[in-house]
Amino acid sequence: MARISLNVNGKTRVVNTDPGSMLLYVLRDDLGLKGAKFGCGLAQCGACTVIMDGKTIRSCSTPVSVAQNRNIITLEGIGSVARPHPLQKAFIEEQAGQCGYCLNGMIMAAKVLLDKTPNPTETEIKKALVANLCRCGSHPRIVRAVKRAATMKA
Amino acid sequence: MRDRSLSRRQFLKGTGALIVSFSFSRPASKALAQSKTPFGIEPDPKSLNSWLAIARDGSVTVFTSKVELGTGIETALAQIVAEELDVPFKRIKMDLGDTAKTVDQSSTTGSRTVESAGPQLRQAAAAARQALMNLASKPLGAPVERLTVEDGVVSVIGNPSKSISYAKLIGGKRFNVAISASGSGRQMKLAPEVRAKDPKQYKIVGASMPRMDLPPKVMGRFSYTQDVKVPGMLHGRVVRPPVVTSKPLSVDEDSVKQIPGIVKVVQEGSLVGVVAKTEWAAIQAAKALKVTWSEPATKLPANPDELYALLKNTKSLRDQVIAEKGNPAAALSQAGKTFEAIYHWPFQLHGMIGPSCAVADVRKDRVTIWTGTQGPFRTRKAIAELLGFPEENIRVIYAEGSGCYGRLSPDDVPEDAVVLSRAVGRPVRVQWMREDEHGWEPKGPAQLMLARAGVDAQGKVVAWDFTDRSFVRTAAEGIPLLASRQVGLKPKREGTANGTQGGGEVYAFENQKVGNALIPWMHPDETPLRTCNLRAPGQPARSFASESFMDEIASELKVDPVQFRLRYLTNKRATETLLAAAKKAQWQERPSPAPASSGSTAKGRGIALTHRTGTFVAIVAEVEVDKLSGNVRVNRITVAHDCGLIVNPNGVQAQIEGNAIQGVSRVLMEEVQFDSSGMKNVDWKSYPILTFPDVPDIEIVLLNRPEMRAQGAGEASLGPVPGAVANAIFDATGVRLREAPFTPSRVLAALKAVPA
Ligand code: FES
Ligand code: FES
Repeated sequence: MARISLNVNGKTRVVNTDPGSMLLYVLRDDLGLKGAKFGCGLAQCGACTVIMDGKTIRSCSTPVSVAQNRNIITLEGIGSVARPHPLQKAFIEEQAGQCGYCLNGMIMAAKVLLDKTPNPTETEIKKALVANLCRCGSHPRIVRAVKRAATMKA
Repeated sequence: MRDRSLSRRQFLKGTGALIVSFSFSRPASKALAQSKTPFGIEPDPKSLNSWLAIARDGSVTVFTSKVELGTGIETALAQIVAEELDVPFKRIKMDLGDTAKTVDQSSTTGSRTVESAGPQLRQAAAAARQALMNLASKPLGAPVERLTVEDGVVSVIGNPSKSISYAKLIGGKRFNVAISASGSGRQMKLAPEVRAKDPKQYKIVGASMPRMDLPPKVMGRFSYTQDVKVPGMLHGRVVRPPVVTSKPLSVDEDSVKQIPGIVKVVQEGSLVGVVAKTEWAAIQAAKALKVTWSEPATKLPANPDELYALLKNTKSLRDQVIAEKGNPAAALSQAGKTFEAIYHWPFQLHGMIGPSCAVADVRKDRVTIWTGTQGPFRTRKAIAELLGFPEENIRVIYAEGSGCYGRLSPDDVPEDAVVLSRAVGRPVRVQWMREDEHGWEPKGPAQLMLARAGVDAQGKVVAWDFTDRSFVRTAAEGIPLLASRQVGLKPKREGTANGTQGGGEVYAFENQKVGNALIPWMHPDETPLRTCNLRAPGQPARSFASESFMDEIASELKVDPVQFRLRYLTNKRATETLLAAAKKAQWQERPSPAPASSGSTAKGRGIALTHRTGTFVAIVAEVEVDKLSGNVRVNRITVAHDCGLIVNPNGVQAQIEGNAIQGVSRVLMEEVQFDSSGMKNVDWKSYPILTFPDVPDIEIVLLNRPEMRAQGAGEASLGPVPGAVANAIFDATGVRLREAPFTPSRVLAALKAVPA
């Protein structure tokens, strides 16, 4: 066990954990953040996506020790019910989601895309989301939501 | 049933059907006392309290054992109640799937929820509205006939200043209203005497109300099963054999001793698991635990050839007749021209994105379970059998998991959690790992379809004989689930049919037989590779076969596929649905295949039609085949959909999109692969599903029939997808694919087999 200091959603959080533990379990079980989801634990589905230093990472396969002193942003950190992120607003407006289990990964990957490419083409959106799996078939709405978010102001 | 302190009034003059009494001094549940359990009073279907409650702020809570699986039924049911009760949609709250709070309306399966639970809740709401009107009559000084309701406020017609809200009338107190209820589950009839609204007046039903669950889901605030935490909770993982049907010979507890946080290694019967203080420790321990496994008792068919031979040659447990007319055998022998074909469909996965998860808290006299089950009462019964507990001492609380498409009808994981919780005397959360879910979820069964037809000299189909040979569903109701079997419960049944519809019974042929043969599947072992209902059970395969076969005949007769189908349709809704799809897709009338193309890609279109429990769907698929690689891309799917009255158009569209995408994925890519001892594809790399760049454009025509009752929309549109795609590939290439999935290698082999 080790004390590990993390910067999550702009706040410093210290956890006492096995440094080999994957970041996902620390976020979910120790910090009570439930946005990132366990889907595969194999870096194959994207459900666990969070943003680290501006890039998407698979938190299921990133040891917490690697995340030390880096800037971590989770779904909870990009917007709130009172002040939703444009992507969150757009996903609701497009009714983009059924079970919604994949949406964390979709929104986080789309955020990194929009941060770099504010007006992406449909092909760019699909490419940015290619490694995120959705079994309910919400894809067309997700693409529309990302497009819509691109036209909205934060 | 009776509380003497209440003043009773009979509201439904004449019929006496609705006996209504109000008690504001004490909880109504006491007045309608039922059997007591450790969790309070069991809800009685004959008490309105069991269905609805109105809070002081005017919000309405609906209690239903139906659960939201991602398909949007929560929102649709809320619309139905809001409409009937005349309250704003936003005021409705749904309390789903808690066995201690809801009446058993049967599992959420078969796309039957809006169709069956819809009318039940509508009648409960209509009864509540009537009771509230009656209650308002006195303070408003006007008879019920002169009252009207808008947005939860009762007022006198023509004098809106005289009004009183539902909240004032009853807010915070419970109804004390007896309603009539007969039958059970899906068939339960609730307050049939109460007259519900004329659908012509509907404002909320029929509107695309936004999903209630989506805002918390996109904010990361929604609590899924996976997010349930209870005080004192430990984390567990189960360790299942590396191959099916093998048992632990020895378990080396020392192999995990050094893992910090390990609490216990559990073995009960052949079920092995670990419990730890943290999730990470449980995962590590499950990985590290040294178990010696026995040689598997049963071998699996080692490859597709062996699998389909097994399906073809095994004696069926039982045959079912779905449709029978005339004498197909005689008609076939006399027909001028006969057709015959065999189609293959593999085992496929439900593939939940979030694997199974549950929390169980087993105490001496009671058990509480949080899980994503499709049938809270089914799960309760299974746990009762596993533990030897009375059902009333078990409470199953539904918490939504990820979309499950039938997989959580047999909900395995709470049983694992129960066994582990009992072993450590603490609440335990168990989440399956990806390889557990891929490897041990009960699969959609493999199917083999035999089709024969006879055509007379005029080119008319005079005989149709279709049989689906499908493995039975071995994780069916009444058959113990994985953990139960591993601790020693034995199956008492062989399994149930893998659905029935889609074998061409939608067409009217003079002589016709559509049947199913229920083929047994490795059953007696403790840890078999199991099967269960996968979205539109069996229908994608049957419809793939029957609709391909229709096109095979049409092509041989050189008739356009749409025109050919029209000749055999007698149902007006079927005809209109077929024509609507063709029109929307700008269908060009001509026989298939299309004239041969010269380049390396070939384009084609195909159509398919199916009927599923009251819903008609026709689909046109447009595909592009790369003749060099064998890769098939579905460019567009056009769907015409008639599910009777549409409760929520946007919700229905979402279901159709989901089915189209899942259907394309299943027919192009998905196949569970075995070798003789086990499953080979236990992750997403080896069992890929469709991703963004390959998702087709989807066009939808909704045919609304407000005069009808609402029918299921959750899965019907999956059925025609494979057939439409197969027919489009034939149209493009002239090559007929009779074995799914249409992977590039399979397509290429088929292309090469035909001389150019
Ligand atoms: S859970 Fe991390 S990629 Fe699937
Ligand atoms: S909405 Fe269910 S997995 Fe994407």
